[in-house]
Amino acid sequence: MSDSNINMVAPPEGVVGEGFFATKLNDVVGLARANSLWPLPFATSCCGIEFMATMASHYDLARFGSERVSFSPRQADMLMVMGTISKKMAPILRQVYEQMSEPRWVIAVGACACSGGIFDTYSVLQGIDKVIPVDVYVPGCPPRPEQIVDGVMKLQELVRNESVRRRSSPEYQELLASYNIK
Amino acid sequence: MALETIQIQDKLTETFGENVSHYSQEKDIFSFEVAADQITAIILFLKNDPELRFHFLTDLCGVHYPDNEVNRQFAVVYHLHNWYENKRIRIKAFIDGENPQIRTISNIFLSSNWMERETFDFYGIDFIGHPQLKRILNMDEMISFPMRKEFPMEDSGRTDKDDRFFGRTTDNY
Repeated sequence: MSDSNINMVAPPEGVVGEGFFATKLNDVVGLARANSLWPLPFATSCCGIEFMATMASHYDLARFGSERVSFSPRQADMLMVMGTISKKMAPILRQVYEQMSEPRWVIAVGACACSGGIFDTYSVLQGIDKVIPVDVYVPGCPPRPEQIVDGVMKLQELVRNESVRRRSSPEYQELLASYNIK
Repeated sequence: MALETIQIQDKLTETFGENVSHYSQEKDIFSFEVAADQITAIILFLKNDPELRFHFLTDLCGVHYPDNEVNRQFAVVYHLHNWYENKRIRIKAFIDGENPQIRTISNIFLSSNWMERETFDFYGIDFIGHPQLKRILNMDEMISFPMRKEFPMEDSGRTDKDDRFFGRTTDNY
């Protein structure tokens, strides 16, 4: 490893000694989760094109452990909604979210996914947070790949610091219940 | 010899008399109004007449005129095309605003099936005899007809718009 330029993630805080390393489970799980987020791209328009650039070699989202784009919601951790979601599409988006297994996170990429964008009209969902909970909002119309990478890094920060118990907490159940998701 | 507009007008007047009216040349397209209850007969005549041969339906759509008198508040507009002579015509049929109804032409032009569904979807115009008159573009749960003029421009579910930035407040404070 010494002559390669591979960057390793720093270990979490802990006690190092002869032949052992003691730390909190929370930190280890957070570290592992944050650096292996499998994205599920839900791309409907121009933000999806920016995402393609984000995944490609120049911006290379694989650097963040998101090498493997999962097109099955069951194996994905991070739902990335990119583009205008029409009201007719909303139940499908919701179904995709429901099919993801816990823990799951959502990034709304671009103005349309965040708020409906310029499409303030009868056919367009006014932000995906009307139907599913969102963790990170990436503004822009469309956002540059750097912004999407920044959004992913913000999410990594959330994931790293998330308690392993959060998904069974009453607050989280309440959040899901407010969206009527079982 | 090319198909002249006067020829079309003469044939229509001869066959349908008062039921076809308001002939006019609007820019490069010959237009006229027809009585809504005669629409199928007129379209069929235009399609099958050996001289007219308007055998192609380019477009079918609705228009809402809320300021008109109540029996002319909706219009269904048909665009026909004669490929042999490359001649196009536009036909308008005005219908009632309270209960917009017109006979379907989906048995004359199969392509009008989806166009009539779209017109129903956006204007709520009932095409009598249509084989499957249900929404085509909007979500099935929708109860309003969004292209009617009384339908609000902006979505009521929008939460992030600040009236100050859209010139809707008297001052900007």
